[in-house]
Amino acid sequence: MANKTSAGSSLGAKFKNMTDTNLLLTITIVVFFVMYIGAIVFQGKGFLKPQTFMNILNANAALIITACGMSLVMITGGIDISVGGVAALVSMCCAVYLDFKGGNVFGAILIAVGIGIAFGLVQGFLVAYLEIQPFIVSLAGMFFARGMTTIVNTNPFNVENEAFVALKDTRIRIPGLGSVNKLGKYVPAYIEIGVVVALLVVLILFCLLRWTKMGRAFYAVGGNNQSALMLGINVKRTKFASHMLCSFLAGIGGFVYFLHVGSGSASHASGMEMNAIASSIIGGTMLTGGVGNIIGSFFGVLSLSTIQNIVSSAGLDEAWWTGITVAAMLCLFLVIQSVIMARKKRALNK
Amino acid sequence: MMARKKFWVAVVVIILCIFIFLGRESPQTADKEEEETVTEESIVVGFSQLGAESDWRSANSESMRATFTEENGYKLIFEDGQQKQANQIMAIRTFIQQEVDYIVLAPVTETGWDTVLQEAKDAGIPVIIVDRMVNVSDESLFVCWVGSDFELEGRRAAEWLNQYTQIHDIPPEEINIVNIQGTIGASAQIGRTKGLADASRSNGWNLLEAVPGDFTRAKGREVMESLLKKYNNINVVYCENDNEALGAIDAIETAGKRVGSHITHGEIMVISFDGVNQEAMQHVKDGKIRCIAECNPLHGPRVRTIIEMLEEGGVPDKFYYVEEGMYTHDDTVKSVTVDGKVYPVTVVRHVGGENFH
Repeated sequence: MANKTSAGSSLGAKFKNMTDTNLLLTITIVVFFVMYIGAIVFQGKGFLKPQTFMNILNANAALIITACGMSLVMITGGIDISVGGVAALVSMCCAVYLDFKGGNVFGAILIAVGIGIAFGLVQGFLVAYLEIQPFIVSLAGMFFARGMTTIVNTNPFNVENEAFVALKDTRIRIPGLGSVNKLGKYVPAYIEIGVVVALLVVLILFCLLRWTKMGRAFYAVGGNNQSALMLGINVKRTKFASHMLCSFLAGIGGFVYFLHVGSGSASHASGMEMNAIASSIIGGTMLTGGVGNIIGSFFGVLSLSTIQNIVSSAGLDEAWWTGITVAAMLCLFLVIQSVIMARKKRALNK
Repeated sequence: MMARKKFWVAVVVIILCIFIFLGRESPQTADKEEEETVTEESIVVGFSQLGAESDWRSANSESMRATFTEENGYKLIFEDGQQKQANQIMAIRTFIQQEVDYIVLAPVTETGWDTVLQEAKDAGIPVIIVDRMVNVSDESLFVCWVGSDFELEGRRAAEWLNQYTQIHDIPPEEINIVNIQGTIGASAQIGRTKGLADASRSNGWNLLEAVPGDFTRAKGREVMESLLKKYNNINVVYCENDNEALGAIDAIETAGKRVGSHITHGEIMVISFDGVNQEAMQHVKDGKIRCIAECNPLHGPRVRTIIEMLEEGGVPDKFYYVEEGMYTHDDTVKSVTVDGKVYPVTVVRHVGGENFH
């Protein structure tokens, strides 16, 4: 340590003072802003407009919600790959209920929440109390949800229920933000209702993890099952709660997704579970459990979507380019995470 | 505790800075941008393609890429929707934010485009629809549509069969057709199925059965295998795209039957659509597929003509049907006439032993 510069050692000291969770969160946020500013510099005017950022939020509100749920499960050391299936099932059931059965929007929300809770109950019970691998349980859940979606209705269709369409097209204008378009008209920036829901979810879960006993239990269980047990934490109940919350949020996310696209289809939300996992990892949640942050997952989703946006506006057209960049980004994050954690461990040991 | 607090304050400050930075629209930067676009001069076209599911679709995307090149004075932004309307809506919103000059949309479904097309219209960006139609309440939301008349394609193929059998004196009641349909609900399936069904009724052919084959080779083969077991008198197979036809030929040959044109002597005639797949064109040369009604994927040049017209302030027609012909193995039928319009027949032959491979 003696031959190191003072800046290096003070940085090292800061690392030591930070928790793992905060450290990874900082990296995520810094990378996101570097990326976004880079996009503004290199891609020009498109990214400078507030609405570009709002569109990322609008299109990803559902993903933000499911990624938050995913992070909860991952913090306790589990995983849930059924969220995409649940979201698809929710959107199809709501679409059928609204269009064919003439239902109202409130009923549709109840259906969405109900489906989420039902999946949470079964999967949570299987994982927590029968101690089956969460991956296997949610794999079965995913197949079941996708299958059920097709049984409910095979063909994709658009919902024409008036109250629903009105809700779908509701736009919340953001005062003070906007841009002048080609015709010289000033267009205020807007967000959809789903974004409000997503931000609320982020806020509530952030508080839950940070300031409640339950939140601390999540971290404890994920960090080390045995010591959590010795601390008097009900490990089974905590795991059950995490899966319950994740599926519940998948239900909400499914409704927000449905609110964004306005149609029911068996292919909806395909790959959403993988995007949610990727966002959580980019956001600094570790697959091994015990480390993670909701704000990080939020920025994880934004990073994922921004990189997709950059790829397509850079003219790298084919869809697989997006996949390759996301893969590279995941790799980068995992390497950064492990390098920094290793350095920190070394610094602590010295 | 202090360090943590400072950290959070820093994060919040950064976020606020970014938002202020984003929200600011100073007149200076606006001027600069305008200068840039004037000097660049290339026309920016945003193309939202629905996916890459078939040879036809790939050829369609390739046509766009080959047309809107930098040499031709264009910049093409291509977005693959991966069969999802949500992706396509996001793509159009991105195009609007990037202020492209034109948006070209190949929609995955017909409904649900009102909101986003209204946004494009409000932003003053003309939208050109290609291939499938959009079903919107206000037709002024798009400038025009370019695509194929699928029902006409079906009628052309059926008319070719009609003329061919008349020339060979094959009575209509001896013609037993099975129809391997496309993905149910796709515009191409609806039009082509209707074309055959109408012709069968008016010509007195036996249309044994119509079964969906999902536009794929594997499904085409599977469907044909079960049809061959069910009926022993099939002599014409009407496949709604080339991939299905390839599958059907596999099934027929595996079952020990012959594909060809002597339909009164146990051979089974294959009729197909598209004419993009190289293997299918080879089969036309070999006589395994007797007739392909072309479905032209080359929309690029037509869209370019429309854009050039718009650039000069012209008003294009609302609907453009691309020109399409027929590919056949021989010249028994010289041309096909539907509704008084004559469609040319292109004979695909081996030229001096030249092969595709």
